[in-house]
Amino acid sequence: MFIHTFGPVAIQIAFAIGMALFLLIFTNAIGPKKYNPVKFDTYECGVSYFNDARGMFNVKFYLIAVIFILFDIEAVFIIPWSVIFMEFKKLGLGLFILGEMAVFLGVLVLAYIYIIKKGALKWD
Amino acid sequence: MEEWIIDILISLAKTLAFFGVILLWAAYITLGERRFASFFQNRLGPNRAGIFGLLQPLADGIKFMMKEEIIPKNANRAFYLLGPTLFITIALIPWAAIPFGDTVVIAGREVKLQIVDLNVGILFMIAVSSIGVYGIMIGGWASNNKYSLLGAIRSSAQLISYEITMGIALAAVFLLSGSLSTRDIIIAQMQSPWHWNVFVQPLGFIVFFVSILAETNRVPFDLAEAESELIVGYHTEYGAFKFAMYMLSEYINLITASALITLLYFGGWGIPFVDLGRLGLSVNLAGLISVIVFLVKTGFFVFVFIWIRWTLPRFRYDQLMNLGWKILLPLALVNLFGTAVVALLV
Repeated sequence: MFIHTFGPVAIQIAFAIGMALFLLIFTNAIGPKKYNPVKFDTYECGVSYFNDARGMFNVKFYLIAVIFILFDIEAVFIIPWSVIFMEFKKLGLGLFILGEMAVFLGVLVLAYIYIIKKGALKWD
Repeated sequence: MEEWIIDILISLAKTLAFFGVILLWAAYITLGERRFASFFQNRLGPNRAGIFGLLQPLADGIKFMMKEEIIPKNANRAFYLLGPTLFITIALIPWAAIPFGDTVVIAGREVKLQIVDLNVGILFMIAVSSIGVYGIMIGGWASNNKYSLLGAIRSSAQLISYEITMGIALAAVFLLSGSLSTRDIIIAQMQSPWHWNVFVQPLGFIVFFVSILAETNRVPFDLAEAESELIVGYHTEYGAFKFAMYMLSEYINLITASALITLLYFGGWGIPFVDLGRLGLSVNLAGLISVIVFLVKTGFFVFVFIWIRWTLPRFRYDQLMNLGWKILLPLALVNLFGTAVVALLV
């Protein structure tokens, strides 16, 4: 039944959002408010700020994000495989399902070696 | 009353009780961390408010509320407010699937001590908690501060890197239990302490523990905060209660991580060599004991996290990335494949 499984989850999510909004609005309402132009400047270790912060950053981070997507999809395939593994073993198909995963992980490991050889994970 | 209305009322009660407990607990971890830090460093720590400083979290909370809320003029207002709000919302949701005890019987109804027993429990928790990255990224970007942005980018790269190793380490646990339900995983470990996954899967446990340490942004993986180089990282520009929201969520995540370790690797509410069902206790008393056992185990792992924080130095960023991608990932894969081979042979 949907209401017995995801009904309580919906309640939990509603409470969590309500709680966060309450904290945000309530605490904003009771604090003092005094305007001062310097106070609203961006923090910069004692000197006045310069430039916009949103400049360039190391491309490695972007590369990590791309590799993450690939490997996370591998994890998405591995998890259902691991959940049904024992049932296949009971049916006598254990070696088959293990072989399937061996092929899959083999491809994954090849890709992994390629990534390392290319130096995508190298931080100088 | 109709059946489903009663069910909804019960889950409402459980949710309310959970919010009370978790917020109080997270608040007191702040005190616990400061006190233990002091003891590790041979000083006393906050002990002025109340006996042993027990009122300190309350004093901190009131202070945070009375402070002026500042939104820097260069910040993106909407996203600046969205960051902490999203982060604390996401921190609170995964607990819907964590079983904090066995069952009790109230007015002839069997009530599971868990907000809901999802058949995809762990998957739900991982899926929700990985959204937390957005809370950090949005907050850091919206502040328009160099330190915040650097902290947020580092933190995001770290969180997504360690998520993979965590997922693959968990797959080996699912392989043994044949289920994603948190309750089933605990029940599969109930027979004896030697069935606890920490003994069945020692390598998997190490990989998982290191990953979860990185996922919660704790020392030695607190590169996002790294106060010696980045002030405090992604929440540099946050003050008053919005800062407290970030801190509170980090501590809630810490409790969630400890609860995950308890239920996945340390047998949940099981007491070593004692079978609660066979002691002849009433169902409700056994349920109460199970809750206490679960909370004690979780509390112990919270203490371990604090202990590690004040014992180990911080990694360098390249070391952190190398550890995640070049050591833990192959280890997790070896562990998964080895588990599958052994499970096939046994």
